[in-house]
Amino acid sequence: MGELRLMKGNEAIAEAAILAGVDAYFGYPITPQSEVLEYLTLQRPEERTGMVVLQAESEIAAINMVYGAAGTGKKVMTSSSSPGISLKQEGISYIAGAELPCLIVNVVRGGPGLGTIQPSQADYFQSTKGGGHGDYRLIVLAPASVQEMADFVDKGLELAFKYRNPALILSDGLIGQMMEKVEFPEQKERVTSFDQSWVTTGKTKERERNIITSLNLDPEKQYQHNLKLQEKYRRMKEDIMYETFDCDDAEFLLVAYGSSARICQKAVDEARSSGKKLGLLRPITLFPFPEEVIAKFARQVKGILSVELNAGQMVEDVKLAVNGRIPVYHYGTPGGKIFTPDDILKAIDEKLMGGY
Amino acid sequence: MDIKEIIKPENLVHKRTPLMTDANLSYCPGCGHGTVHHLIMEVVEELDIQQDTIGIAPVGCSVLAYDFMDIDMTQAAHGRAPAVATGIKRLWPEKYVFTYQGDGDLAAIGTAETIHACNRGENIAIFFINNGIYGMTGGQMAPTTLEGMKSSTTPYGRDYKTMGHPIKITELVAQLPGTSFVTRQAVHKPGNVRKTKKAIRKAFEVQKEKMGVAFIEIVSNCNSGWKMTPNDSNKWMEENMFPFYPLGDIKVEGKIVKDLMKDLV
Amino acid sequence: MTEEIIIAGFGGQGVLSMGKILAYSGIMQEQEVSWMPSYGPEMRGGTANVTVILSDNKVSSPVLHSYDTAIILNQQSLDKFEPNVKPGGLLIYDPNGITRHPEREDIRVFVVEAASEAAKMASAITFNMIVLGAYIKVNPVVELENVIKGLKNSLPERHHHLIPANEKAIQRGMEIVREAK
Repeated sequence: MGELRLMKGNEAIAEAAILAGVDAYFGYPITPQSEVLEYLTLQRPEERTGMVVLQAESEIAAINMVYGAAGTGKKVMTSSSSPGISLKQEGISYIAGAELPCLIVNVVRGGPGLGTIQPSQADYFQSTKGGGHGDYRLIVLAPASVQEMADFVDKGLELAFKYRNPALILSDGLIGQMMEKVEFPEQKERVTSFDQSWVTTGKTKERERNIITSLNLDPEKQYQHNLKLQEKYRRMKEDIMYETFDCDDAEFLLVAYGSSARICQKAVDEARSSGKKLGLLRPITLFPFPEEVIAKFARQVKGILSVELNAGQMVEDVKLAVNGRIPVYHYGTPGGKIFTPDDILKAIDEKLMGGY
Repeated sequence: MDIKEIIKPENLVHKRTPLMTDANLSYCPGCGHGTVHHLIMEVVEELDIQQDTIGIAPVGCSVLAYDFMDIDMTQAAHGRAPAVATGIKRLWPEKYVFTYQGDGDLAAIGTAETIHACNRGENIAIFFINNGIYGMTGGQMAPTTLEGMKSSTTPYGRDYKTMGHPIKITELVAQLPGTSFVTRQAVHKPGNVRKTKKAIRKAFEVQKEKMGVAFIEIVSNCNSGWKMTPNDSNKWMEENMFPFYPLGDIKVEGKIVKDLMKDLV
Repeated sequence: MTEEIIIAGFGGQGVLSMGKILAYSGIMQEQEVSWMPSYGPEMRGGTANVTVILSDNKVSSPVLHSYDTAIILNQQSLDKFEPNVKPGGLLIYDPNGITRHPEREDIRVFVVEAASEAAKMASAITFNMIVLGAYIKVNPVVELENVIKGLKNSLPERHHHLIPANEKAIQRGMEIVREAK
């Protein structure tokens, strides 16, 4: 590992992208993630690794540049924040439909509409249920620290190429803007060493032409293509990641991801110091979702509180996993307002442990 | 004289390029698309660059262009072909990348991508088929639909007061420093076909020299959309489209070669 | 040891960079750190604040409801954060422009006249370093030597010639800080 640096989450993503040997980044400025593009341009990545960095005319153009470049088998990425990610949805749907690997970063801000530039987790549905049109899923990684912002660039691309599917880092303004210690790996060579049989780099005499498309006018073919996609999404379960804190003897459980999970950790520490048997489950992959782990906890604990910076989104998946076995509650602040550990402790007393 | 005496290399006047696949063209009989497809593939064959060429198929009548051209192709979302081409070309600067777009795709929904790819001077070729109508969706008004021209969404003719003016996107992009070769051609007569092929060839040569965007407009008929016979549609095109969209080179080697003020009504 | 600090004042007073230097100083002292700014329109001259956590353990929540220390540089911030200092905690403030002074009696309150001192030193850019000096004097959570190292790390090379002036300002802050009556 290299030197220890103090960095913003957004800067860590950018540095990690260069070090991961990413071939190209296409982006467009939007608060609170503009540091990604700013950091990249400052670093002269074209000199450091030969990486292409381009400020596009819009988020729509940026995601379509990603689509084109990803179709040539290169490691490509883009980043934006909520309104910009909404604009990218058409392109993301095409990328998922054409089964191309790429990395998308969403540094979420409060919505709906232009909303606010404050942190939020209100894009959970958009991220984990597809986002654009059609039946598709993204691999969704939710970092909870600046270190993970860096680590998930390489991890996300690894999974994207493993499944030939777009991967999304679902962060938020809090993780994007905060600074923490971060340690980077060695520079990876900018070489795409994955299977190249499907890419559009020019038809040689030795092979049939390659076509990148999401169009199948024959309904049977489109049906079969969809079945294949669904089979792929089911296979992704083998890459589920999660973390548990103080769960061994827990009687009550918090479920939270990303920045919420960080805030919950302190709430759990404080609850434990006052004798409450509280644990925390932090899903790291939001798709695939760790539903089996939650189902297991539903046989251990008396109730679950899903803690999110939104009006209640992941709680639906938690409820599906629990399947009615125990009560499941939501605590959250929508619209870019951040709760504190104290707020969570109150919600624990009022909702989760209210009846006990 | 028997057939063997006739089929000799020296008697060959036209040969179908092997770079067109055996798939039946999905275009209406009489439409210019098929001719332009053949010309592009003939040039790719003659330049021997099949292994280095990537085409971008748009949304529109030519959405299935990849079924007909035997080269690697990427299908793009409506209007986004120049952005997709940018992504490919930036990572493979030695390859030949072209987009093939209609008027709705290039000059309405994709205007931003068109203008900015041209303004950045991406080393790509843009082949732009202008038939003044949305052919694929059934003949609706396009950004290039002429004033007074009837379409399924301008049943009483295009009235510029409420529907805006036909856009001369080619004259617009010619003014951007990123374009190097900008021309307007047609494929309705053998002489025009020859000129268009020359322009397509030049577009690939310009790309090799990395001189910026080569932008080739081809004014074409849409006999189905215009609800005319192919012959009538060609005649109508000569009489109505060409006065507004005059044929000829607009910019050569980065220099404007035409009085643009005269054309901008 | 865990020290949870809020630094709050106007945009342009160097609130965020002071927090960054403090965080870097923590890293030099092999502590775990987090730095979480308020961001947005506040950056353009309104109020700005940053939460800095220095700890021997991994930092959990970067978002806090109460603080061990509040470093306060304007009236709005004093009104907002005085109630959030933990009982027995520390509040350091610059009285410049303050009309309602801290009132709590269950916390320790210190005064650093950094604005007027910076004016005397004829260098407004050292203002935040005077404040930082006052803080590490009252609560030596990081050593001066590590603060200087932190400064070097957080300043770009082209500004390294300013380090001696900053060091002087830190020392001046250590001298002039006094407990409020």
